[in-house]
Amino acid sequence: MDILLKGGRISDPANGMDAESDLLIKDGKIAQAGKNIKAAGAKQIDCKGKIVLPGLIDVHTHFRQPGREDEETFITGSRAALKGGFTSVLCMANTSPVVDNKGVVEYVYAEAAKAGLINIYTAAAVTKNLEGKELTEIGQIAAAGAKALSDDGKPVMNAEMLRRAMEYAKMFGLPVISHCEDLNLSRNGVMNEGALSTRLGLKGIPRASETVMVIRDIEIAQLTGAKLHIAHVSAKESVEAVRQAKKRKIKVTCETCPHYFTLTEEAVLGYNTGAKVNPPLRTVEDVEAVKKGLSDGTIDIIATDHAPHSGEEKDVEFDFAASGMIGLEFAASLVNSELVKGKALDWKGVAEKMSMNPAAFLGLKNKGSLSAGADADVTVFDPAGDWTVEAGRIESKSKNTPLIGRKMAGSAALTIVGGKIRYENGKFS
Amino acid sequence: MAVLWKKKDLLDLESLSTQEIEMILETTGSFKEISQRPIKKVPTLRGQTVVLFFFEPSTRTRTSFELAAKRMSADIVNIQTSSSSLTKGETLKDTARNIEAMKVNMIIMRHSSSGAPHLLARSVSPSIINAGDGSHEHPTQGLLDIFTIREHKKKIEGLNVSIIGDIAHSRVARSNIWGLTKLGANVTVCGPATLMPPEIEKLGVKVTYDIKEAIEGADVINMLRIQLERQGQSLFPSIRDYSMSFGLDADKMKIAKKDVLIMHPGPINRGVEITPEIADGPYSVILEQVTNGIAVRMAVLYLVSGVKERGE
Repeated sequence: MDILLKGGRISDPANGMDAESDLLIKDGKIAQAGKNIKAAGAKQIDCKGKIVLPGLIDVHTHFRQPGREDEETFITGSRAALKGGFTSVLCMANTSPVVDNKGVVEYVYAEAAKAGLINIYTAAAVTKNLEGKELTEIGQIAAAGAKALSDDGKPVMNAEMLRRAMEYAKMFGLPVISHCEDLNLSRNGVMNEGALSTRLGLKGIPRASETVMVIRDIEIAQLTGAKLHIAHVSAKESVEAVRQAKKRKIKVTCETCPHYFTLTEEAVLGYNTGAKVNPPLRTVEDVEAVKKGLSDGTIDIIATDHAPHSGEEKDVEFDFAASGMIGLEFAASLVNSELVKGKALDWKGVAEKMSMNPAAFLGLKNKGSLSAGADADVTVFDPAGDWTVEAGRIESKSKNTPLIGRKMAGSAALTIVGGKIRYENGKFS
Repeated sequence: MAVLWKKKDLLDLESLSTQEIEMILETTGSFKEISQRPIKKVPTLRGQTVVLFFFEPSTRTRTSFELAAKRMSADIVNIQTSSSSLTKGETLKDTARNIEAMKVNMIIMRHSSSGAPHLLARSVSPSIINAGDGSHEHPTQGLLDIFTIREHKKKIEGLNVSIIGDIAHSRVARSNIWGLTKLGANVTVCGPATLMPPEIEKLGVKVTYDIKEAIEGADVINMLRIQLERQGQSLFPSIRDYSMSFGLDADKMKIAKKDVLIMHPGPINRGVEITPEIADGPYSVILEQVTNGIAVRMAVLYLVSGVKERGE
């Protein structure tokens, strides 16, 4: 069925558009954006007061399938994505088994197709079993459709290994996503290092553990000329390192996550394991630096690092709790409250960081814009209407988030994937 | 005292008010006398069950708590890691719930992870008393140190207290810092930079890497135990190197005040952080600390048990 979105504010940076307009979707593709479009027979949806964005794309997701289907699956994860306005995601490779060969890549695409709700892509590991010892069969993995390489969850500690991976990946046009953490500096650390870790008697992770690796990897990107993407930037100094690298015209992109511009280490107080995440939540200064990095273009992408964990993995001593928090359902609301209302980004900027840049990064030519002929992946965000995060209403199979009880500003009203309405005002279809 | 004890748990000194600390210290005074009687037993906690839940080896603290509870006629059960179900894959919370289901009144807990007692306190109904959690706090040790200082100096406010050694990993240091600063003492921490936790000065203490600075003008010197295992972790080059800079000996003591108190939470590494002549010397109150430990723990058990509130 054709769909006509009436009177929303269309923010489509790829076409330099940021105005009230109609949008017509025909046969799963974007047909036309413009004033007063008439389309007989199309389903009309009033979008007055709402923001119409090219479908949001999350380049950093963990759906835990295969291996931890008790925490998330392609289906439950897709529902969480739809509720949050995401139409595409890139899954990380640290499943069990690891996505480190053609067979597992094919499995992921087959299972994702069965779920069939959103576009699911996968990254594959840089090294076999994420061990940092032996390169994966990058050529075969690329042929099977992996969109990036990453040992996410772990850094590639051996710089020589990373160099070879980047050189080899370059031949296939695959970016390497780097989880920047010097494991020697972060060893046994469970939260940001500083006055608060001292007070709580918890082992800290210094910001330098992230930044030294950001700087190292930038130099390797320079050396190899390959595409480097820095995952989940959390520290002020890391933002600055990327800013300098971009000035030097090195091929580096980076992402941050909503929790790094919303929360600080204070969320850990009371030994709240829901706020344990890697890299750790930092300080107000870092939050401000991340926001600045987003507004001045240093940070290209907002990704969620959606990391579901079971209750058993979180309801334990802080030292032993798993790191990570779910994010798909909250990202757009936090972007609205912290960045749009906070004047760090306008909606065009949001569309850039959450759709256009992610599509370019993953090489998805028909996504990330509302150009005529593009895939009809569309997110309609309603900035009005506060809601409160409640564990019982979370779509993700896991409920690990420090946001429970928090008031959120606005939500996805409508999520369209490939021309089909998959989520509308709280209902899936 | 007019204020009644209202807290279900004793988890740390950071969250206690000055009044609450004063209240424990005053209660300690009245309990100290019991241990000096020929028959060291009162019926105060008769019918109360106390579980000693220890996940780390401890002789001193466990014995002290056990004697404190016994002298108040409580029934005591000991659970140690080796005999607990934690080795069978049960979570801490599940184990605690099982103990709770046995209708105990208080759980005294020692754990190697900071915040473990806090996890228990919000999960189960018995009172939780922290007997040391990771590098976080050891509130009863802090209280007994403060009680001992006050017995000698008659006050805390305005005293210069130096804590010397491995501050980073020390729960004793943190409890002392909170308790002492709340009561108005000037606290200095001293140790190698590698064993100094980041931004410790934000807790309201002075930091020095020079032991002479920590000794000079100090009314109290609290020497912390150096964990010999840390030698292999590049936290200091060698015991010899550590002792040279941070070990307390007669020579370094020459600049100390004549009435300085020397304290140590034990167990002592003689000849490492403190020489025997100082540990056993005239300034030392190390064994008094141990004696006072029982009185402080009796006071804490008494207050937390809520007996006072119910007027029994």
